[in-house]
Amino acid sequence: MNIVVCVKHVPDAQADRRFSAGDNTTDRGGVDGLLSELDEYAVEAALKLVEAADGKVTVLTVGPEQATDALRKSLQMGAHEAVHVLDDAIHGSDAIATSKVLAAAIGKLEYDLVLTGMASTDGVMSVVPAMLAERLSLPQVTLASELTVEDGVVRIRRDGDVSTEIIEAALPAVVSVTDQINEPRYPSFKGIMAAKKKPLQTWTLSDLGLSADEVGLSAAWSRVEGITARPARQAGQIITDDGDGGTKLVEYLAGAKLV
Amino acid sequence: MSQVLVLVDHIDGAVRKTTFELLAIAQRLGEPAAVFIGNGFENATAALAEYGAVVAYQVEGEGLEDYLVGPKAEALAQVVAQASPSAVLIPSSAEGKEIAARLAVKIGSGLITDAIDVQAGDDGPVTTQSVFAAGFSVRATVTTGIPVITVKPNSAAPSPVAAAPASPAVTTVPVTISELARGAKIVERRPKEKSGRPDLSEAAIVVSGGRGTNGDFSPVEAFADAVGGAVGASRAAVDAGWYPHSNQVGQTGKQVSPQLYVASGISGAIQHRAGMQTSKTIVAINKDAEAPIFELADFGVVGDLFKVLPQATAEILKRKG
Repeated sequence: MNIVVCVKHVPDAQADRRFSAGDNTTDRGGVDGLLSELDEYAVEAALKLVEAADGKVTVLTVGPEQATDALRKSLQMGAHEAVHVLDDAIHGSDAIATSKVLAAAIGKLEYDLVLTGMASTDGVMSVVPAMLAERLSLPQVTLASELTVEDGVVRIRRDGDVSTEIIEAALPAVVSVTDQINEPRYPSFKGIMAAKKKPLQTWTLSDLGLSADEVGLSAAWSRVEGITARPARQAGQIITDDGDGGTKLVEYLAGAKLV
Repeated sequence: MSQVLVLVDHIDGAVRKTTFELLAIAQRLGEPAAVFIGNGFENATAALAEYGAVVAYQVEGEGLEDYLVGPKAEALAQVVAQASPSAVLIPSSAEGKEIAARLAVKIGSGLITDAIDVQAGDDGPVTTQSVFAAGFSVRATVTTGIPVITVKPNSAAPSPVAAAPASPAVTTVPVTISELARGAKIVERRPKEKSGRPDLSEAAIVVSGGRGTNGDFSPVEAFADAVGGAVGASRAAVDAGWYPHSNQVGQTGKQVSPQLYVASGISGAIQHRAGMQTSKTIVAINKDAEAPIFELADFGVVGDLFKVLPQATAEILKRKG
């Protein structure tokens, strides 16, 4: 079974994330980045499937130069090959264009399954998997907390707001997984060394048959009009429980007309 | 005035509060037009009219509820083609965002997700989003096509209209769902058990428990019940199996923005903060005076939640008489 896992290199959520003053895009250069935590679950899910049934895991990313680190980490975990779509024109793309580029890249690969995480930890839109299904004309089987593949059918458990659903689709399909699905492995020393020799291709827009005017900031279908830094919340009144902490808490809430 | 479509979020025709919030926003932007997909339409008409829907599109077709997302996105695209709206508003639920995503690609329109406010602008709706763990507020617009916007719960107050008719003006829209949209079949559906407490995403008060509960959520639940709130859980509590994932508040759980958030036995790691830091008032109870949650709290008690919460619960009940 061949699986393509889409991964993203994102600014570290623990660091001081910010926007580039020049064009209001996410500052990806000035802040430390890493493989999006939620994508690790997707890589792990792919590796488990391929370990059970033979096959190959290809990790794919669209991003600037340093996005290769996300691919490298995935290869260290055990993915077999990597593809990096790297083109300056892609800078500032919205989700619509990003999904277009990803779909074009996936179209050049052989796959039975496209796997992704549930959302990126920077944009947190959670829309690219659905867009990929739309663009690739494949079944959308998303937000899986449990996943099996048997006889060419993928079956998931999706825990929704109102109900839990069991969903099935024939392969090929687009599947996204939540952080409930597994525990991602740490790369072993052997895995780290082996990763250095694994194939990593770099593709540009023209390799994908796309032109610069279809992607990037100027082609985006939405626009940021303004960004304001929100003041950090200040700590308020902190007391120590001396036997009446609960009562004082309710006095505060009543005073603030919250109860 | 052009129509603003609002995708109705309902369970068998019982309309959820988020729909009323979206209708309130639609009132600012144009003529609110509800789009109803599924069963129970007769149960919904009065409420839809009361909260501002002038028009309602009742979508009918086979297979709308049996396949994941595909059919609803396809149906909504057909309604858009018929109604030519100036905007489409969809709740920011998991399913809502996926419907919005596919709709945007189908109709060639820009998409903005997780708006916490939408106002009318000179060239179309202007959205506000809270990004990077509430570090920044972003204003944005859609520049191509019909704006597709998903809106978070608690972003607007429902706005009932005076002397509303008994029902919006109804148009039935028969839709044909393609084979392609039927790719992912829902073979089983297990409804969630009702807790009797308010819905976590919509509640005005949320009382959450974390590692400090050690698996015993009873003081958290008792306090939540005394104040009429929903119960939330940190990721640590959910991972330990103490509370279901559907109650998880955090980056990979629900992001809530209630009037009051009470964090008990929760340290306040970034993963959790991302789920609750836009709450209007934050209260924290933790044994550890150094817990990061206290940096966010408007009021904090350094103490044992097993002592503080029961005492607080008793005080609330006493005041209620």
